[in-house]
Amino acid sequence: MSGFDFVATRFDAALGWGRKFSLFHYPFITACCGMEYMSTACAHFDIDRFGAGLTRFSPRQADLLMVVGTVTHKLAPVLRTVYDQMLAPKWVIAFGACTVSGGIYRNYAVVQGIDKIIPVDVYIPGCPPRPETVLDGLLKLQDKIQHQGQDWRWARKA
Amino acid sequence: MGPESLIGEIRARLGPAVEGVADSFGDPVLVLRAADVRPALAVLRQPPFDYAVLLDLTCVDYAAGEGRFELVYHLFSLSRNVRLRLKASVPAGDPAVASLAGLWKNAEWLEREVFDMFGVRFEGHPYPRRLLTYEGFEGHPLRKSYPWRLEQPRLPLRDRD
Repeated sequence: MSGFDFVATRFDAALGWGRKFSLFHYPFITACCGMEYMSTACAHFDIDRFGAGLTRFSPRQADLLMVVGTVTHKLAPVLRTVYDQMLAPKWVIAFGACTVSGGIYRNYAVVQGIDKIIPVDVYIPGCPPRPETVLDGLLKLQDKIQHQGQDWRWARKA
Repeated sequence: MGPESLIGEIRARLGPAVEGVADSFGDPVLVLRAADVRPALAVLRQPPFDYAVLLDLTCVDYAAGEGRFELVYHLFSLSRNVRLRLKASVPAGDPAVASLAGLWKNAEWLEREVFDMFGVRFEGHPYPRRLLTYEGFEGHPLRKSYPWRLEQPRLPLRDRD
């Protein structure tokens, strides 16, 4: 049995390696952080160097949800729907201070952090974060994907 | 019409509807009786005053006093290239004023926003609904009496880990 366990672990590592370098991301952009997102995604900083270059504009084709910008209570059901439409495995990045904690907005309108609505894997602080910060967050997420237990179709469930 | 004669003509035309006159960076400011807002603005919209554009319609909450809510109207005359500001106070209990929706089309959304944020009723408005907040929102968030930390989520909030 130990041989099988060894093989299974290696398979997990290979799957994680494949997944972390083929992130299709869905940009959910509402505010000024979108400028930094564009800068990160385009040629100057080039998110494609890390395998996350393929932007999908349908949540059903994406496995990384980047929430970029302020999310209000009015918008929260939309964000929740987008997250629910994504297929597993899926990850979420909270991009910028507003998505992390509500940022400078402490009022009736703004959700105080999107983790009150959907689960978040990586928080990127900054108002707005520099592209280097975003890429650092992406590398953190890749590290997380590599080392997490991989869920796959015929995986043995505990 | 110079600024002085303009004020004189408006006062002559509107009579007791004008309760006061002030000046703001060279532009005239008139204080109106709330009950006379609609007829007064209907006059100002026509020649010779010809304030054809309603630039903005907002409200101020002074939190205390009889005239707690003050409506502010900004008018602009295209033909004469001058501006005019009008103010009217409404009481705190049941703030209401006549709608301008029949005079200026854009007053519909401006009045809906003021209703949404301050809870001032606009009598005669064709569809007096909220504009910015969502259905089921309670209270009026820009009132000074609105609790500043009160949120009204539409989804059940998760516990942070």
